[in-house]
Amino acid sequence: MRQELMKGNEAIVLGALLAGCRSYFGYPITPASEIAETAAVMFPRLGGTFLQAESEVAAINMVYGAASTGQRTMTASSSPGISLKMEGISYCAGSELPCVVVNIMRGGPGLGNIGPEQSDYFQMVKGGGHGNYRMPVLAPNGAQEMCDLTMLAFELADKYRNPVALVADGFIGQMMEPVNVPNPVRTFPDKPWAVKGTGDTRDSLISSIHLDHNELEDHIRHMYAKYAEIEKNEVRFEEYRLEDADYVTVAYGIVSRVLMSAVDQARAAGIKVGMLRPITLWPFPAPRLKQLAGHVKGILVSECSTGMMVEDVKLAVECRVPVQFYGRNGGNIPSARELYDAIVKLTNTVGS
Amino acid sequence: MKDVFKKPDSFYEFFTRSAGVDKEATHYCPGCGHGNLHKLIAEAIDDLDIADRTVFVSPVGCSVFGYYYFHVGNVQSAHGRAPAVATGIKRALPHSIVISYQGDGDLAAIGANEILQAANRGESITVIFVNNAIYGMTGGQMAPTTLIDMKTTTTPYGRHAENEGYPLRISELLATLQAPVYIERCTLEDSKSIMKTRKAIRRALELQIANKGFSLIEVLSPCPTGWKLDPIDSREWITKNMLNVFPPAVYKDRADAPSRPTPPTPVYDGDEVLKIIGIKESDAAHVAKLPADFPTHKLVLAGFGGQGILLLGQLLAKSSMREGKFVSWLPSYGPEMRGGTANCHVVVSRERIGSPFVTNPTLLVAMNQPSLEKFADSVEPGGLVIYDSSFVKDVKLPAHVKAVPVPFSEIANDLGNAKVANVVAAGTIIGLTGITGADSFKSLLGSLRKELLDANLKALAAGLAEARHFGAMSNQPSVKATVS
Ligand code: SF4
Repeated sequence: MRQELMKGNEAIVLGALLAGCRSYFGYPITPASEIAETAAVMFPRLGGTFLQAESEVAAINMVYGAASTGQRTMTASSSPGISLKMEGISYCAGSELPCVVVNIMRGGPGLGNIGPEQSDYFQMVKGGGHGNYRMPVLAPNGAQEMCDLTMLAFELADKYRNPVALVADGFIGQMMEPVNVPNPVRTFPDKPWAVKGTGDTRDSLISSIHLDHNELEDHIRHMYAKYAEIEKNEVRFEEYRLEDADYVTVAYGIVSRVLMSAVDQARAAGIKVGMLRPITLWPFPAPRLKQLAGHVKGILVSECSTGMMVEDVKLAVECRVPVQFYGRNGGNIPSARELYDAIVKLTNTVGS
Repeated sequence: MKDVFKKPDSFYEFFTRSAGVDKEATHYCPGCGHGNLHKLIAEAIDDLDIADRTVFVSPVGCSVFGYYYFHVGNVQSAHGRAPAVATGIKRALPHSIVISYQGDGDLAAIGANEILQAANRGESITVIFVNNAIYGMTGGQMAPTTLIDMKTTTTPYGRHAENEGYPLRISELLATLQAPVYIERCTLEDSKSIMKTRKAIRRALELQIANKGFSLIEVLSPCPTGWKLDPIDSREWITKNMLNVFPPAVYKDRADAPSRPTPPTPVYDGDEVLKIIGIKESDAAHVAKLPADFPTHKLVLAGFGGQGILLLGQLLAKSSMREGKFVSWLPSYGPEMRGGTANCHVVVSRERIGSPFVTNPTLLVAMNQPSLEKFADSVEPGGLVIYDSSFVKDVKLPAHVKAVPVPFSEIANDLGNAKVANVVAAGTIIGLTGITGADSFKSLLGSLRKELLDANLKALAAGLAEARHFGAMSNQPSVKATVS
C-alpha cells in the first residue's frame, strides 16, 4: 500500500504525473495557485515542462500547442482565469485536442472572492466557450478523487480526443486527506493524428477551421456522435444510502460531503433519505435520476450557487417528482444542520 | 541552378487540404505578398532539409490557410495566439523547427502580449511577421501598423494619431529585449529586396536549427486588395509610403549567442516515476482494527500564524491515518491567513468522513485569546477546550464544556524552544482524547526539522505529562493513549 496524506490540489498534480502528463502551463490565481506551485516543483523532476505563462489566454494556447503534438498536457486555474481560457477551450474542442483543464471554483461574478463556490456550473457544463461543443466535466469530492479523476480525465481526453475538465472548489483543493497512490499509467494510446515533427506526420493537421458550411456541419455531426458515445459510456455517480430511500438529495463536490453528514442525521431521525452524487457533471446521471423519480417522493438539490445543476435535475426527472433547492453563495457552504433542515422541509412539504 | 518553376518539395503538389474545387491555384489575391513569401520559406525548408521536422503554425488572417500549401506538420491557432501555441509545440518537441507565420493584426494587436513574451523568453522559434498595414482577410480594417492618414474601412477619414495612435514598430520594439537572437525587417517591393528577404529567412531558420533562440523576420508585403491598388502600384506604394515608417534593417543579431540547453527527456517509466515522485510503500494501517467505540473526533485548532497550528493538525491527521483511521484536515485559507491568525479543522473517525468542515468541534484547541473567543461558543455540549494559558488569560466558556488550561508556550520556552509549543499541545491532546497513539505520533517527529527533534520529543513527553495530570484530576475525558 502506498498511502500519503495530501491536499486535493497536490493530489491533482500527483494524478497528472501518474497519468503521464509531462507539461503544465499555468498562471497564478487563488485558490488554484498551489497546483501550479506543486507542478513547478514536480514536473521538471520528471523531465517535464512547467511554464508560468503570461496570461490564462496564453496558458491554454500553450496547452493547445503541446496537445497538438500528442503529449499529455494540462492547465489549472480558478473561475476568472477559466473565463479567459474559454476561447482556447473552444479551439481545443474544435480541433479535437485532448487536454485537461482544472477549475478550482471561487466566488463570482467579477472578482468576487476566493471562497469555495460552484457557480461555474453553467460555464463548465453548458460550454462557456463559443460554438457547438461539449466537454466531460469531472467533479471530485475528496483528495483521493482529485488524484483518481485527474488520471481518468487524461484517459477520457485521449479516448475521445476532447478537452476534459475537472472542477472542484477551494475546500476540496485545500483539504488534506489520505490518498492511496494508484499505479502509474504504463501504456499510452497511439496518436497518429498528432503533429510530431517527424517525416511520417507531415500530413498531420490540427485545425478547427471549416470554411465550407457543409464541411463544418459534418464536423459538428462527427463531434456530436462522439458526445453521444460519451453520454452512453461515461456517466459516473455515487449512491449513498439510496437503497430504500423515499427522498433523494443531489449534490457534488464539497456540498456532497456536508450532505452526507446531513443524510446520516436524517436517517438517524428515521427519514428514509439518500444521496445521489454526480461524479460526471457532463455527462449528467440523468437516466438514473429519471429512474429514481419513478418511485421517490421528492428530491432536494443543494449547491454553492443560486441553482444551476438543479436545472439539469429538473430536466432529468421531467416533472415526475417535486424538486426543491437549497443553495448558499459568496463563499459560504451550507452546514450539515441547514441541509438537515432542508431535508425535513422537503419531507413536510411533499408529504410522506 | 534550381529550376525556378519547380514547386519546392515542402509545398504540396496539389492543395488537397483546401476546401475549394481548384486544387492548384492559391487562395491569395493576385499580387499578394504571401505567395512570394511562402515560396521563400518552402525553398529554405527544402534547402535546409528540415521538412520532416518542421511545424508550421498559422493563426487567423489571410495566412490562416498556410496549411493548404506547406507539406509539413501544421497547426492552426486562434487569433494572436500563435506564439503561445508555438511555445507549447516547441516545449513538447524540442527537436522540431517551429515557424509561426503571422499578420500584423494578429501579431501586433490581439497577440501583442503573446509575441512580446515569447520573444522575451527566447523561445527557439522563427516568426515570420507579415506587415501590410491593414487587416486583409476581414476586409481592410485598420491594423496597428496602418500608416498615419491611411484610409481603411475603420479609419474612413484616415488614421489619426490622436485617436488611434501611431503605427507600431514591432521589430524596433522587440529588438530592445535581451533574449531574441535575430530580428530583421525586409520587404517584397522588388527582386533585390526579395533576395534579401530570402537570405533573412534562411538565417533565422539556421539559427533555430542551431537552437539559438527566438528570431523574427518582419516583411513589408503588398496587399493590393486591402489597399485597393493594382499589383504594380502596390509595390510602389511600399517604396513610397512604408519604407520611411518601417525602415528595413537588421535590428538584432546575436548569432554568436550560445545554443540553448537541450531540455531533459521526459521520464515515463512507471517505476522510475514513483521513485522520482518519492512515493514508497508505506506502513499504513498497521493498526488492523479500531475499537468499535472509537468516537469521531472533530477538532478546531486555532492560534497565531507561526505557532505551528496547521502543522499540529496535519501531524494529528497523519498519525491517525497511519493507524488506519479516516482523517481530514481543512485549513482556513486566503486573506484570513494574512491577519496573522490561523486555524484548521481536523476530523478523525473510524467511519468515512462526510463534512470535513467542523461547525461544532468536540475539541477546541485555542493557542491565543482571540481564538478562544471566536470558537468557544461553537464547542459541542460535553466537548473539551484545551487552551494555552500562557496567552489566554480571560476565560469565558459555555457551561457545557470542559476546560483544560496548559501553559504550552511556557513549557516550550522552558524546553529551550518556543517553536515546539504545538508538539506540547499535541501531547496533551493525545493524552486526553486518545485521538491517536503517542507512539504513532512520535514516529512522525523524525520527519520534522532535524535540529528540533530532541526538543520535540521532550515537548511530546511534557504534553503527555500534562494530560496525565488532568486525567488524574477528573475521570472525564479519560486518558486513552499509551504513554511511552
Ligand atoms: S487580402 Fe491582401 S493579404 Fe489577403 S490575400 Fe488578398 S492581397 Fe493578400
